[in-house]
Amino acid sequence: MAEWSLFEVFVRSKHGLNHKHVGSVHAADAEMAMENARDLYTRRNEGVSIWVVPSNSITASASDEKEVLFDPSDDKVYRHASFYQLPDEVGHM
Amino acid sequence: MTQTQALQEYLLRLADSDMILGQRLCELCGKAPALEEEMALMNTALDLIGQARNWYEYVAELIDDGRDPDKLVFRRDAHDYRNLLLTEQPNEDFAVTMGRQFFFDVWHYFTLNSLARSSDERIAGIASKALKEATYHLRRSSEWVKRLGDGTEESHRRMQDAVDILWRFTGELITPDDTDHAMAEAGIGPDPEPLAQDWRGMVNEVLTQATLTPGAEDAWMYMGGKHGEHTEHLGFILAEMQFLQRAYPDATTW
Repeated sequence: MAEWSLFEVFVRSKHGLNHKHVGSVHAADAEMAMENARDLYTRRNEGVSIWVVPSNSITASASDEKEVLFDPSDDKVYRHASFYQLPDEVGHM
Repeated sequence: MTQTQALQEYLLRLADSDMILGQRLCELCGKAPALEEEMALMNTALDLIGQARNWYEYVAELIDDGRDPDKLVFRRDAHDYRNLLLTEQPNEDFAVTMGRQFFFDVWHYFTLNSLARSSDERIAGIASKALKEATYHLRRSSEWVKRLGDGTEESHRRMQDAVDILWRFTGELITPDDTDHAMAEAGIGPDPEPLAQDWRGMVNEVLTQATLTPGAEDAWMYMGGKHGEHTEHLGFILAEMQFLQRAYPDATTW
């Protein structure tokens, strides 16, 4: 148990939708991680597919890079497609 | 013994085995070695208790003496219980818990597989639904047996000990009696011979992969659970499980 590693769990709730990160599990290997994920995250009919990924395979952005990475997009409202007239036929976009 | 009596007996065995093993597993609630394992064990326990409920509902209709599933579970004494002796054995360490689960799951899987094609439609319906759950239970418990058997020196020793401790209760799973034969002949229950072969085949295969040694085929076996002759453990399970219903019969407000 002390040597179990951490896996991140992604669940797809319906066909056609994306897998979404739902949490993590401890397990001795990927097989066990899959089963633990099934028992922890899909017991109320939440999913049709599960991915498990070793947490240490994920490269994450560092929190002290937040300003450099994300602040520059703060004042660029023109990047949102909110200045166009949508034709009625398009409906919800 | 009429066929209806045999059917009631047979259904009670299925129901009671599910119920008692489910209750046993629930003892581990809050005490499992890891959070993930706790959820998995409780899922299995609740699957089994849910299946037990389906069997009890059917048998209650057949018995037709006014008892509902709750009464059958909470107001019968040990000698009226028909569960397999294996299911009432204590949890002990995790190897024993998983070993017991594995031996049961193999039997359960092949039994449900056959019951899903039962000539009794009600049984076939319940079994088809339960089979999906049992298939997953078997996958998990056989993986644990392999993992522990082919793991560290300590996990191997404990898993082998578990096999040795539990082996004497496995004969009952695959030794048919009059009720089993009556059910098979009526096309309701599984054919005892293929069931025994399937059980031995899968158990040997998994234990071999797990580098474990099965017990001898001609080993002396404890039997009697199917006839209400139980080991001392069942009384303690029932005492805990039935206390409230016995102390406050028919109470509707707690």
